[in-house]
Amino acid sequence: MKRISSLQELEKTRQEILGRIDPEKPYVTITSGTSARAYGSEKVIDTLRKELKKQGLTGKIDIRITGGQGFDEREPLVIVSPQDILYQQVKPTDIADIVSETLLGNKVIDRLLYKDAETGETVLHKTDIPFYKAQSPYIFGNNSKIDPTSLDDYIAIGGYSALAKVLREISPEEVVDIIKKSGLRGRGGGGFPTGRKWESCRNAPGKKHYVICNADEGDPGAYMDRGLLEGNPHSVIEGMMIGAYAIGSDEGYVYVRYEYPLASENVENAIEQLRQCGLLGKNILGTDFNFNIKVSRGGGAFICGESTALMASLEGKAGEPRAKHIHTVESGLWDQPTNLNNVETWANVPLIINKGVEWYTSIGTEGSKGTKIFSLVGKVKNTGLVEVPMGITIREVVYDIGGGISGNGKLKAIQTGGPSGGAIPASLIDMPIDYDRLSEAGSMMGSGGMIVMDDKTCMVDIAKYFMNFLKDESCGKCTTCREGTRRMYEVLNAITEGNGKDGDIELLEELSWIVAEGSLCALGQTAPNPVLSTIRYFRDEYEAHIKEKRCPAGVCKALITYSIDEENCTGCGVCKNVCPVDAITGKKKELHTIDPDTCIRCGACMAACNFDAVKVV
Amino acid sequence: MSLKGIDQILKKFEYRESAIIAILQEVQEKQNYLPEKDLEHISEKLPIPLTRIYRIASFYNAFSLKPRGKHIISVCLGTACHVRGAPMVLDRLKLELGIDVGEMTEDGLFSLETVNCLGACAMGPIVVFGKEYHGQMTPAKVESAIKKYKKTSKE
Repeated sequence: MKRISSLQELEKTRQEILGRIDPEKPYVTITSGTSARAYGSEKVIDTLRKELKKQGLTGKIDIRITGGQGFDEREPLVIVSPQDILYQQVKPTDIADIVSETLLGNKVIDRLLYKDAETGETVLHKTDIPFYKAQSPYIFGNNSKIDPTSLDDYIAIGGYSALAKVLREISPEEVVDIIKKSGLRGRGGGGFPTGRKWESCRNAPGKKHYVICNADEGDPGAYMDRGLLEGNPHSVIEGMMIGAYAIGSDEGYVYVRYEYPLASENVENAIEQLRQCGLLGKNILGTDFNFNIKVSRGGGAFICGESTALMASLEGKAGEPRAKHIHTVESGLWDQPTNLNNVETWANVPLIINKGVEWYTSIGTEGSKGTKIFSLVGKVKNTGLVEVPMGITIREVVYDIGGGISGNGKLKAIQTGGPSGGAIPASLIDMPIDYDRLSEAGSMMGSGGMIVMDDKTCMVDIAKYFMNFLKDESCGKCTTCREGTRRMYEVLNAITEGNGKDGDIELLEELSWIVAEGSLCALGQTAPNPVLSTIRYFRDEYEAHIKEKRCPAGVCKALITYSIDEENCTGCGVCKNVCPVDAITGKKKELHTIDPDTCIRCGACMAACNFDAVKVV
Repeated sequence: MSLKGIDQILKKFEYRESAIIAILQEVQEKQNYLPEKDLEHISEKLPIPLTRIYRIASFYNAFSLKPRGKHIISVCLGTACHVRGAPMVLDRLKLELGIDVGEMTEDGLFSLETVNCLGACAMGPIVVFGKEYHGQMTPAKVESAIKKYKKTSKE
């Protein structure tokens, strides 16, 4: 890539790239983020390349490989342009048809189209699919327009124009002011006002100022940051550069979660491209702004998502948080003023600069501006990443976008905020989603995981799940967190094993108070939330476990038995074959039975039965 | 790993103390775990006390101080996988392999591990064999997957 050493050259480069694009030329877009790759997208791409070559179409039809476009349930997606036809769950064996029928014959292949489960109608265009229709994809939508490994693609859609704008005409103080006025709040968890953070960091004295992108996305069930870094790394970097300019920093770090190899690869590649063309380094775009970024991979510790722990990890230490009597904006990385923001927060910055405060603040609610990307997962039909305006209701997200509950279950709760958040009951489904309303309901925004739970999800088991997670991930520094989460886990475990006692709920509440009050960092302070919120809304489930030794959702192994329904059993013997401990007996074509003493409640028989004959009682 | 190989990695990171996590990651990548003698060598060369290296290697989940199997089986225990039945899949893997999480089978073929979330929630429950993702896992599918890996390892 040639050097871009002035504001004019950036604009000229953009015009050159746009000039090379032939709007008439057909192209095929294939998603290939982590989710799509897990479904075999790389083989699909390979097959398409070979097929185009075979048909003599190489060079006549372009292929664009993008990151995830959100609709993970239907990966890999293949979009044929300019007709804009979306094919879903495409397999290598479908490629020959796509080339011969759609690309050469201009015919639509019905079987690969999205089919509305309710109406049975097929949908041709991406934006007409209900999953996409109700979204406001200002940040995440660009994933579908670019190859994340191509700087040209990013520049073509207006990339680095926000950076150019601030370098050309906006002073650092004014940039801080714009971000303050935009009402942008941190997308990583707490929701602290970003502009105020920048201002404090800018004003803090120090030899050097640092900016950090927190990509240590550890909340289980949340992967928005992975989606952005994999699919559009430049948008995050551009945000960091604008932040660095505003704060007066010349060095930045991206701390990427260990489990995200593709995100690391793409962001490292993006940084290398920028170095080569002079968009990172000294005198960026011919101005006196200098900036460089390093990528650091985490070590698989959840606690490193906490800002002071992350900085300790960057310094090559164990990731233990410290007390924040002095904030990191004053004394952070290597004791210098450091501004840390989450991936999605950084990606909002170029949008605010480009579109302006007035436009940005028109989206969202009083206290929560802009959009939020959620990972809509669990017992929902359309799993994936969705970007919606703040203030949208849970119902709209779960039903309009998510298509409702998967299987034949009933909505029981939505879990937000990961291990720091809580479960919101189905009765609050019309609640608007913003920072403040979620906190009032006993949960929190967190980074944006939204896990849908149905009547087959046991809320005591969920509380135990999170407490197990937290006791393992507690760094051990504070006694209340280290021992308290362990004790809470033990109490919850006893309840799920049928050994719950009267007074256990009160004991959990008391321990919650101690853990929250006595711990230094947010991990401990918010650790009780999953327990307290499930007690608040689902106390009857706790009581059923404790008093009646019964798990209403049929999950807790010690409290359930499997049995075979006389009416539904056909005696096919499938359950008998899959049972790993030979607990099932019965002759062919006769009713089978399960010996409860031998049964290990692994669920294999239930999953294998084609006649819905295995029941949990 | 050869001491020369470790020296190359140290050189790449300019013997920076603060790069210790990245250094350990690269050393581990080559052999699946961190042998004691390698850590002693790093400690001498950097130089930082072995106790500090041990603290880091034992603090971060990514590091293993014990040898790991040829195939590392990771079960995703993210919330989405959990509500879709990941614990049952994990239980079945323990039963089939005869080992607990963090252990290696006697033949050195498999190690069983868990991961907090892979961020591929649409496919849950997910089990990763080496680098190969298996989505929508059930206890029954576990058995056939293990058989397949045992067979390919013998060939």
